[in-house]
Amino acid sequence: MAEHFKTLWSSVKDATYVSPETNLSTEAGFMSEMGFQDSDIMKQAFVLLQELVQQSNGSFISLILEDEDIKIFMNSLNQYEDFDNIPIDIRQRLHAVGRIISVCVNTSIASCNKVFESFFPLLMTYLGLSVAKPHENSCLAEDYNPPGRLNFGALYLCVEVLSACRYLVGSDELTPIPDFANQTWGVMLHNVSKSLAMVFISLLRSNVAENSQNAYVCYGVKGLQNLATFPGSLLAVSKSTYDSILLKLMSVVTSDINKTFLWTLAMNALVEIGSFLDKCPDSERLSSYESIVVEKIFSLISSDDSNMPLSLKLQAAFEIGATGMNFMLRVVQGLDEAISATLSAVYAHGNRKSVEPTVKLLEYYSNKVLPWFHKSGGSEEIPLNFALSIWDKIENNRSFNLDSLENELLDATMMAMKQAVGSCSEGSQEKIINKALGVLLSSNCLQWMESISGNTPSEAEGLQQIHKLDSFAIRDEWITSLFASIVIALRPQTYIQNGKFILQFFITTLLNGHVPSAQALGSLVNKLPLKITGTPLSKNLCLDEAVDMIFHSCIWTSYNGSTYERGSSEIDLSSLRLCSLSPESDKIHATIGLAWIGKGLLMRGHEKVKDITMTLLNCMISDGDRGSLPNSKHPSLVCNDEDLHHQLMKSAADAFHIIMSDSESCLNKRYHATIRPLYKQRFSNTVMPILSTLMLKYDSPSIRSMLCRAIAYVVSDTPLTAILSEAKKLIPLLLDCLSMMVEDIMNKEIIYSVLLVISGILVDKNGQDAVAENAHSIVNQLIELTTYPHMMVIRETAVQCLAAISELPYTRIYPLRTLVLRAMLKALDDPKWVVRQEAVRCRQAWASIASRSLHF
Amino acid sequence: MTLGLINANPVVHAKKERVVRTEDSHTDDAVDPLEIYDFVRDIRDPEHPYSLEQLSVLSEESITVDEKLGRILITFTPTIQHCSMVTVIGLCLREKLKDHFPPHFKVDIKVAPGSHANEESVNKQLNDKERVSAALENPHLRQLVDECLYSSEL
Repeated sequence: MAEHFKTLWSSVKDATYVSPETNLSTEAGFMSEMGFQDSDIMKQAFVLLQELVQQSNGSFISLILEDEDIKIFMNSLNQYEDFDNIPIDIRQRLHAVGRIISVCVNTSIASCNKVFESFFPLLMTYLGLSVAKPHENSCLAEDYNPPGRLNFGALYLCVEVLSACRYLVGSDELTPIPDFANQTWGVMLHNVSKSLAMVFISLLRSNVAENSQNAYVCYGVKGLQNLATFPGSLLAVSKSTYDSILLKLMSVVTSDINKTFLWTLAMNALVEIGSFLDKCPDSERLSSYESIVVEKIFSLISSDDSNMPLSLKLQAAFEIGATGMNFMLRVVQGLDEAISATLSAVYAHGNRKSVEPTVKLLEYYSNKVLPWFHKSGGSEEIPLNFALSIWDKIENNRSFNLDSLENELLDATMMAMKQAVGSCSEGSQEKIINKALGVLLSSNCLQWMESISGNTPSEAEGLQQIHKLDSFAIRDEWITSLFASIVIALRPQTYIQNGKFILQFFITTLLNGHVPSAQALGSLVNKLPLKITGTPLSKNLCLDEAVDMIFHSCIWTSYNGSTYERGSSEIDLSSLRLCSLSPESDKIHATIGLAWIGKGLLMRGHEKVKDITMTLLNCMISDGDRGSLPNSKHPSLVCNDEDLHHQLMKSAADAFHIIMSDSESCLNKRYHATIRPLYKQRFSNTVMPILSTLMLKYDSPSIRSMLCRAIAYVVSDTPLTAILSEAKKLIPLLLDCLSMMVEDIMNKEIIYSVLLVISGILVDKNGQDAVAENAHSIVNQLIELTTYPHMMVIRETAVQCLAAISELPYTRIYPLRTLVLRAMLKALDDPKWVVRQEAVRCRQAWASIASRSLHF
Repeated sequence: MTLGLINANPVVHAKKERVVRTEDSHTDDAVDPLEIYDFVRDIRDPEHPYSLEQLSVLSEESITVDEKLGRILITFTPTIQHCSMVTVIGLCLREKLKDHFPPHFKVDIKVAPGSHANEESVNKQLNDKERVSAALENPHLRQLVDECLYSSEL
């Protein structure tokens, strides 16, 4: 074997020197790195090299180290000082030589020693350092600045050698290397590590962070990272060097925020060092890291230092925290204190400037930190304490000094609360909800529970109470919303004290238009146990009781003359017309409540959802007799009647949207909802026949448009497979809907979803038969949609559907050809480029089905 | 009829990077040169397996659009002065762009001034509708044009 070494070596040289495949990407900023892609040949050459060095026990290495080409190249390194002046082929060579040396170094200790002996002093000389007399290195001075530009070739090779050494030592485990202190390379490295670190640090100090500097910066950071992640027990890098590395990196992160490239590199290096510490903890280094990096981050978050924007601070904090649980706990401590401080500023002093940072902090907390804890199996102390502390704060601030509701802040707090509660176990959730209940009971929220009771006060009183409802104080609304958030995120097995009271409370607030209360009610009915096991306690709530309570609550109380259309178990909202207490707006809120309650019941498969559906349908089709309204004494109510009535019908139709669509804010997997499989299909199968018969029955345009809305909502959220089986019946219905909805500009989203359903039907084989039967009407409707002015995606999708229709059997579609081509001619002129492209494609598709020319 | 290729050693340039168009929902997209260029840059040269873009016959700057008047002017540069393939290239351009624009757009195709010996007569040929249709009825020419247009789609 040995005799072939020479030939093998020369062929390896050839493979790596000549014809290196370069991946010269011209993206700015990338050219500054040695971004070369090794070709397959090169990769195999390096593998071969590694094998040879390993097996040859030193003889092959000497061949490499005495090689003339490499020697000449190394000696010539000093002529290429500046990175920009190095021509491309020299860079390639540098890359190849770097790889060869790394391979030699990381194969075995003996080979490493040899390489170090031959090349290391030379490299150090190029960098201006001396290995033999490290104390005399000028770079150890405090204000060291490299003279001129540092030799890039030497820098690159040095960094490569360092990473190869690290690899040799085995950066993943603490396997002790025998006699490290006596190894040649160990000694050299130990002597020079401090100076090297100083050189690298000085590279980061360069004030001119232009493109050309990026290569230096990149390798400077890489070098520092390698030095810092050397396993500590090997004493390669002393504590003071380690500290200075960390200090420099931290100072880059805190002050050089404008130099994005440098900042990102430094950030990544710190994260790598942190993860390394997490994997192989070393007490000395751990304490350094904690005191220098983690504490600094902690103080950054808490301080109001405006040097660094808050989002950057949070990003840095999260990335460093994510390296290990202990670090994250400290970061969370800082976040908690910051949130606490800003919330106090907002609540107690009405400080509007604190609103935005609080929102950011809360969003970060709920989007990044809490999920991280959940994923890494952290204890639930963190979310529990977070939730409890917010309630403490609310309790301690009896009055909020806020001028307005601060919706953004309220939303962010609700989100954080839901997230926190959702990640807790049942026991912790019970603690939270009990605490919140206490705060609720001692607040003013109860005042207006009394205002809406089951009795019928006189009309004057009625007006008064309407006014009372309006003065819903800001603090009360906050409490109610946050309480609703807790209820939304509860687990099904959590025991709720005072369940009946809570239910009644939500029903009341719901009537005032408080949507989170409606969502909370929906969550409750979704998760309550069906029956109570064991002895029935009076305060325990089960599902049947809850449903009864809702359906017989004061808002549904029917008066004489109420009409029950189908069956006696149905509740009819029309009875409310006779009730002078509830204005139309209450009924609208009631429909929203019904929607969420219905969604909760549907998702668990309770049959009461049918009653709710019937009620909503009745709302939609209720037209006419308003003469019985005894509101003539209140002229303001009469004028808005039509409008409100229309709104009532609309919100009933929109209720179907709420029921069918997936919501991010409640009743989903994240918040432990009970989800029965295929619930959407079941609902669709029940409701669609009813809706289609109603469409046939009613002529009035307002009713029909509402029915269309409902149909559109139901169909667009039903899974496609369910629709395909009913495609034949559905298509004429959908086309009717589309033609009705085109008139109103607010309907564009619905139109788009219906169009997507149609395109889904078109693409499927079974659906195509259904389409072929209705081809004429579909094409007409699609052509009309190609000129829909308000939304580009509708036009685009319509043209794409038309192109898909050209695939149908010729006999069905040939009569439509000229129609489509004429429409495409207009579409070619569309203001949007995307639509024009699609029109060209569609036109060509339709042209190819017949041999007549396109120009007619 | 010359034996062998008209231009045996063309200079090949790198392809320019394709720009992905971002959608801008607030403004209308006017017909712009890049749109037209994207259609025609991949047409293959009749003689070599390179695209017109790679041989620098066409570039984005050589296309002008006047949207108000509805006129498009494409100027292309043949690789050598006596290239007899100019008419074929012009035919390919016409054929490719034939159905891409609404009928009120007029497409003019010309050779770059001073780049060809028979510049005037070539320009006349390329913009005469009757001569173009007659040329495309010739099966050999038709086949050549199809190869140039559709080989890029393989």
